[in-house]
Amino acid sequence: MRAVLRRAGLSLLTMLLLSMVVFAAGQILPGDVARSILGPLADARAVAALNHQLGTDQPALPMYGHWIWGLLHGDLGQSYAYRSPVAPFIGRALAKSLALAAITSAFVIPLSIGAGILAALCRGRWQDRAITLGGLSLTVVPEFVSGILLILVFGVWLRVLPISANTRPGTSVAEQMRHLILPALPLVLILFGYISRIARAGMIEALDADYTRTARLKGLRPRDVILRHVLRNALLPTITVIATQTSYLLGGLVVVETLFRYQGVGSLILTAARGKDYPMLEAGILTVGAAYILAAILADMLIAVLDPRAQPASR
Amino acid sequence: MSRPWRRLLRSPGFLLGGGIVAFWVLCALLGPSLVPYDPYRDDLLDALAPPSAAHWFGTDQIGRDIFSRIVAGARPILSVAPIATLLATVCGTTLGLVTGYAGGWLDAVLSRLIEVILALPLIVVALVVLVALGPSSLNVTVVIALVFTPIIARTVRSAVLAECKLDYVPAAQLRDERALHIMFIEILPNILPPILVEVTVRLGYAIFTVASLSFLGFGIQPPSPDWGLTIAENYGLIVGGYGWTVGFAALATASLVVGVNLLAESLQAALE
Repeated sequence: MRAVLRRAGLSLLTMLLLSMVVFAAGQILPGDVARSILGPLADARAVAALNHQLGTDQPALPMYGHWIWGLLHGDLGQSYAYRSPVAPFIGRALAKSLALAAITSAFVIPLSIGAGILAALCRGRWQDRAITLGGLSLTVVPEFVSGILLILVFGVWLRVLPISANTRPGTSVAEQMRHLILPALPLVLILFGYISRIARAGMIEALDADYTRTARLKGLRPRDVILRHVLRNALLPTITVIATQTSYLLGGLVVVETLFRYQGVGSLILTAARGKDYPMLEAGILTVGAAYILAAILADMLIAVLDPRAQPASR
Repeated sequence: MSRPWRRLLRSPGFLLGGGIVAFWVLCALLGPSLVPYDPYRDDLLDALAPPSAAHWFGTDQIGRDIFSRIVAGARPILSVAPIATLLATVCGTTLGLVTGYAGGWLDAVLSRLIEVILALPLIVVALVVLVALGPSSLNVTVVIALVFTPIIARTVRSAVLAECKLDYVPAAQLRDERALHIMFIEILPNILPPILVEVTVRLGYAIFTVASLSFLGFGIQPPSPDWGLTIAENYGLIVGGYGWTVGFAALATASLVVGVNLLAESLQAALE
C-alpha cells in the first residue's frame, strides 16, 4: 500500500511538471491569441479587449496560477476556437477514445499473451521465430502506414470491413463496434510485438525457474505445472508492460483517429494544435498524461494484489 | 575482424535489413537524378492515371509521377531522421557520461525529466513543441533530438555506472587523471557497443516519428515527395478507388522501418 501511495505522490509531481511544460509551450506561441482569433483585419481595441477578456494580456506566472487554480476546481478553461468551456468536448472525445482503446485491448491482450506463451513453449522452433520476428517487425511500422495497407486490403479489395469509423446516430452497438475494428487493428499490430515479447520472456524465465523444476519433479502433470506455477509468475511483468504501453496507445490514437476521421481525444488534440486553441490543447494533453499515470497506478495495485512479494519492503 | 562482427555478417536478419536500408540510402543519394520524371512536375491532363508502362506506380491528383516521387522521397526522411538521431546521440552520450560519472543533482533532474517525457506519447510532445515553433524539417529535427537526448542519456548513464565498478576507473582516478579524460578517453570506448545498439533503435523510432508527424501535417512540408506527406495528401482518394496514390508510399515506409529494425535487432543480438 505504501508503495502505491509513494507512486501516487510521484505521479502528482510528474503531473505538475507536465502542466508546466505544456503551459510553457503555450507561452512561446508567437503573436497574440486574440489577434489570431479575430484575424488580421480586426480593430486593435477589439483585440486588446478580447485579450483582456481571455486573460491573455497578463504576465505568464499569474496566468499559470489562474489556470492551475481552475484545473483544481474542475474548470478546464474556455476554448479559444469554440468560445465555450473545454470540459464537455474532452468528455465526449474521451468516451470515444476509450471505446477504441477498449476494442484494441480486447484484441491485443489475449492475442499477444497467447502468442508469447506459444513462442516460449516452442522456444527455438519455427513458431517462436515467426512470432518473435513478425511481432518485432510489425511493432515498428507507423500506424498510418499499416492503417492504409489494412484499408486497401480489407476495406477496398476484399470489402469485408467498413472503412469509416463513424456511424449514423441510432446504429446498434454491435455495428458501431464493427466500424471500430479496422481503426483498432493498426494499434493492435503496434502493441502486439511489445506485449508478446515480454510475455515470452516472462514465460521463459518462469519455465527455467527452480520452482518449476520442483513442481515437475514432484510429479505434477505438465498442464498443471504450466497453468498453476508458470503462468502466474510469468504474467506479472506483462501487466507492467501493458500499463506502460498505454502511452504508445494514446499517441497512436492521434494518428489513427486522424486517418479514420474519428472524433476522439487524439483528433481533438490535433485539431486544437492546428487551430492553436491552447486551452483545448492543454486540457487534451493533460488528459492523456493523467490516463497514462492512472494506468501505471492501476498496474502497481494489480501487481500488489497478485504478487505478495511486491510489498513495501522490496521497494 | 572480431567474433561478434563475423557473426553479424552471417545473420540473415542483418543481411536483409542491411540490403533494404542500403537500397533506400542509394535512392536518397542518387535517386532524384535517375528517375524517369521530375518528381515535382505536375501534368493535370494525366492526373490520377493508374499504374501503366508510362507511369509504373500511376500518377497523383495533380499528375505527378508516383514512382519518381517514391524514389525521391527517400531523401527527406533519410536526412531528417538520421540527423536528429546523431544530434541526440552526441548530446545524450555527453549528458549520460556526466550524470553517470559525477551523479549529483543533475542526475536527479535527468531522471525526473525522463519520467515526464515518458508519461506522454512522443507524437504528442512533438506536436506541442511544433505548434509553438511552427512546422518545418529543421524544427522536427530539433524536437526529435531534444526528446531522444534524455532517453539515450539514460542508457549511457547505466552503462557508465556499470563501468565505474570496474578496476580501471579507480585506477585512473588514483593516477590523478582529470574527470574529462576518464569519461571520454577511458570509459567511452568501452561503452560504444550499447550506444551503437541504442542509436540504431532510436533511428527506427526517429523514422517512425518523422513519418507520423509528416502525415499529421507537422513534419516535412509540401511540395516535398516525402512518403508520410504523400499519404496525407492522397488518403482521401482511397474511397474513390485510387489506392495506388498511397499504397506504394505506405509500402516504402514500411520496408524502411522494418529494414532499420532488422539491423537494430541483429546488432543487439551480436553485441550483447
